[in-house]
Amino acid sequence: MRQFVARRLGYSLLSLLVLSLTIFFFVRVTGDPAALLVEPGASDEDIAAIHHKFGLDQPLWAQYGLFMMSLARGDFGQSFYYQTPVLDLYLDRLPNSLLLALVAMAFSLLVGIPTGILAAVRVGRFWDSAGKLFALLGLSLPSFFVGLVLILVFSVYLGWLPSSGSGGVLHILMPAFALGWYFAAAHMRLTRSSMLEVLGSEYVKLARLKGLPQSWVIGKHAFKNALIPVVTLAGINLVLMINVAVVVETVFAWPGVGRLLYEGISFRDFPVVQGIVIMGGTMIVVVNLVVDVVYAVIDPRIRLEK
Amino acid sequence: MSMSSETIVLPPSVSSRPAAIGLGDLPIIPVIILATIAFMAIFADVLAPHNPEVGSLTARFHPPFWQAGGNIDHLLGTDQLGRDVLSRLIFGARVSMVVGFTAVIFAGVVGTVLGILAGYLGGWVDQLIMRITDAWLALPALTFAIFLAAIVGPSMWNIVIILGLVYWTRYARVVRGEVLSLKEREFVRLAIVAGCSKMTIMRRHILPNVVNSAIVLATLMLGVVIVTEASLSFLGVGVPPPQPAWGLMLSDGKQGLMVGYWWLTVLPGCCIMLMVLSANLLGDWLRVKLDPQLRQL
Amino acid sequence: MSNSTLSSVSSEPARGAAAVAARPLLEIDNLSTHYVSARGSRVVRAVDDVSLRIKPGETLGIVGESGSGKSTLALSILRVLPTAAQIVSGQMWFEGEDLVRKSDAEMRHVRGKRIAMILQDPMASLNPLFTIGNQVGEPIRVHEGADRADAWRRARALLKSVHIPSPETRVTQFPHEMSGGMRQRIVGAIGISCEPRLLIADEPTTSLDLTIQAQYLNLLRELQREHGLALIFITHNLGIVAKMCDKLVVMYAGRVVESGPVARIFNAPAHPYTQALLNSIPRMSDNRRRLTAIEGQPPDLSALPRGCAFAARCPAAFDRCHNEAPPEFNLDGGRTARCWLASVAVQSGAA
Repeated sequence: MRQFVARRLGYSLLSLLVLSLTIFFFVRVTGDPAALLVEPGASDEDIAAIHHKFGLDQPLWAQYGLFMMSLARGDFGQSFYYQTPVLDLYLDRLPNSLLLALVAMAFSLLVGIPTGILAAVRVGRFWDSAGKLFALLGLSLPSFFVGLVLILVFSVYLGWLPSSGSGGVLHILMPAFALGWYFAAAHMRLTRSSMLEVLGSEYVKLARLKGLPQSWVIGKHAFKNALIPVVTLAGINLVLMINVAVVVETVFAWPGVGRLLYEGISFRDFPVVQGIVIMGGTMIVVVNLVVDVVYAVIDPRIRLEK
Repeated sequence: MSMSSETIVLPPSVSSRPAAIGLGDLPIIPVIILATIAFMAIFADVLAPHNPEVGSLTARFHPPFWQAGGNIDHLLGTDQLGRDVLSRLIFGARVSMVVGFTAVIFAGVVGTVLGILAGYLGGWVDQLIMRITDAWLALPALTFAIFLAAIVGPSMWNIVIILGLVYWTRYARVVRGEVLSLKEREFVRLAIVAGCSKMTIMRRHILPNVVNSAIVLATLMLGVVIVTEASLSFLGVGVPPPQPAWGLMLSDGKQGLMVGYWWLTVLPGCCIMLMVLSANLLGDWLRVKLDPQLRQL
Repeated sequence: MSNSTLSSVSSEPARGAAAVAARPLLEIDNLSTHYVSARGSRVVRAVDDVSLRIKPGETLGIVGESGSGKSTLALSILRVLPTAAQIVSGQMWFEGEDLVRKSDAEMRHVRGKRIAMILQDPMASLNPLFTIGNQVGEPIRVHEGADRADAWRRARALLKSVHIPSPETRVTQFPHEMSGGMRQRIVGAIGISCEPRLLIADEPTTSLDLTIQAQYLNLLRELQREHGLALIFITHNLGIVAKMCDKLVVMYAGRVVESGPVARIFNAPAHPYTQALLNSIPRMSDNRRRLTAIEGQPPDLSALPRGCAFAARCPAAFDRCHNEAPPEFNLDGGRTARCWLASVAVQSGAA
């Protein structure tokens, strides 16, 4: 077990390294990184200061060293617009995104898992076809379209729900739905295929042969086994949600990290953009690691293998 | 005591023959939709009733012709600058089609080549390519694309390159997996024994066998790429105005939403949805046809 | 196939007290189970016009190549067929009750309780996420209403009765922590947990090492004696049949081609396929240089030939065989054979 964790950890660190190199590389590849790293309308002194800070005159490897060291310190730069450290801004907004993601995830699981199970148990029949349709729509409707249509229906025409901002429960409903929609379909698909595989397994066959009632066969034997991949995916998707919520947060003016990214783009606030990308990538690598380890804990087979 | 009853045995249907791409059960509607969009894209100049980039300020926010206040001159209404929505939709198809297809092909070519190299050559080449692939796959596509767009600035071809950079990793991973199993097959070993160079083997033996997966993946990716492109346009880092793009139209339309100008958002959104839906359906069909084993895609 | 390990299996046939004169425990008449493909275009006649009988305490062997329909037959008895398969005709009577007509809810009271089944691969048959105790105790909880503690206790006792060492510890362990032989015993324990009258064992020794096989067969024997079980033993291994079974049913292409008491069939097989099977067993005493295999392939079950299914590979086939599928003929001594040669024998009074 320990070996497994150590190996996975090393692998994650490598990924982080590659990511940092990638970000570093792309910023420098344009030839004039100063254009990005310097506030628009800065004075010559400021420009010189930036040159010094990032070591833009020095060889690349030295620059990278400076870059990594400042990341390690938690110094992601300063937002031009807000004049505050990027990391502070990020951490300030993160809870909002997390909240949105949690509600969206709850929605996607509450809808996705039962429909997936139903589709698998009634494979080939009505519920399965309905499920497939749902999956298709989930994949094909971009989240911002769903969001805009929701606003149209529930805010403009019906006037039931507020169209923007965060405040109460009513404010979170539509954004969570818009964000969770795609993932509900993804979770449904995975639950369905996982369930189908489990339903065809020998141990489910034996469970039937033992004369166990259908509720035991599906609820006990099939369910837990089928859910393993889904739970894994859900964990990763939670973090993914936080990152791809850019559009939904923009549509609903939800004050999260995604909205911050949008502001960063709109105001040409590059440190913010870079900071969010770094944090996003790091989060995902970390959550992948955590999920793999947790998986090993849940599934007794893997524990002994490694 | 014996039962010599007849059993109904119908002749085997087309699908029981392996690898036959019978056009019998081609999904008609998706194909028609995609063909229509392609048609619009190609012949936009001829089809569009008005200039999509120039509007008349006196004709702002006209609703579609079937609603009160609309007229036949602007079948689907006008936007906040008085530009004809229908024309913009038609020209928007051009952006979606061009960007979508080009990006998918670009990503596909790069990803397939790198996947083959990684899978076949192994060693440090494999390690290098795979480390990059795994790390880049960890970064959400949209986030990565926004990052790159913020650096290089938006333009249609920049977007294509960006999308290509973001998505090649998907191909690389799949192709590499296939190559790894192909490597063990007879005909590859024969070629090695016969003294073929690595390049030749990769080109003549490996490549044709992974093309199927690449194509299926490409059709499935088309939908994803289009949504990403629309998202980028929506956020303002996609194809820059005044060139019409559906995502951009959605972004512009947002302003009018609160006052009920639904056609500015719903219509472009539907176009995106139809295109992505068709691409997905076609991709699914292709996947089943070309190789049932590609289910795991 | 080695005879040496099988000689360690005790050679007394297991017979329940009332075996010989009793009414059949299970009677199957002209059962047919077909698989229909999704579009209805292909029909696979997996089980075709199968009839057999087994008395309480008896051991019946079902022998055939893979694809001969043995497993489908077993699953048909318990009505645990995949959705694509259906019993299209025939009857099954168990202790006088009609199994074909029973609803699924009614069948559930039969499965695991009155008729139990052991599957081939014990690793795959046990759910990796639940403990052994949990899985062994399940049928007891469901069929006899025992509570958890009770079921747990009974599970321990069951593990002991199948000779698993330190059952107290084993009961809390997971399937992957056991060896193959132990897992198969556990599956056996599950099978007998509710004292069924009939146990169907589908190739239970195929995935075991040869050395473990003999032990396991002995265990089955012992369980049969202690619990008065009738046993249906599905296998492709004639050697096991010789040692374990009283009666034998030979299946080919979904049909029963020969049936009857084991000793008589082995002495004088009535069907050329049975003869060929017996010939293909290599014996140490043989002077033959080559192994005798049966030439050709079994037919496609979705496109069976008009005549006898074995005709294409049969050394004794004549015209009628290719044109007309033979019915099952009754021969002396409780034997049947589905062969035109047998009809000749019946008519001439020999056999």
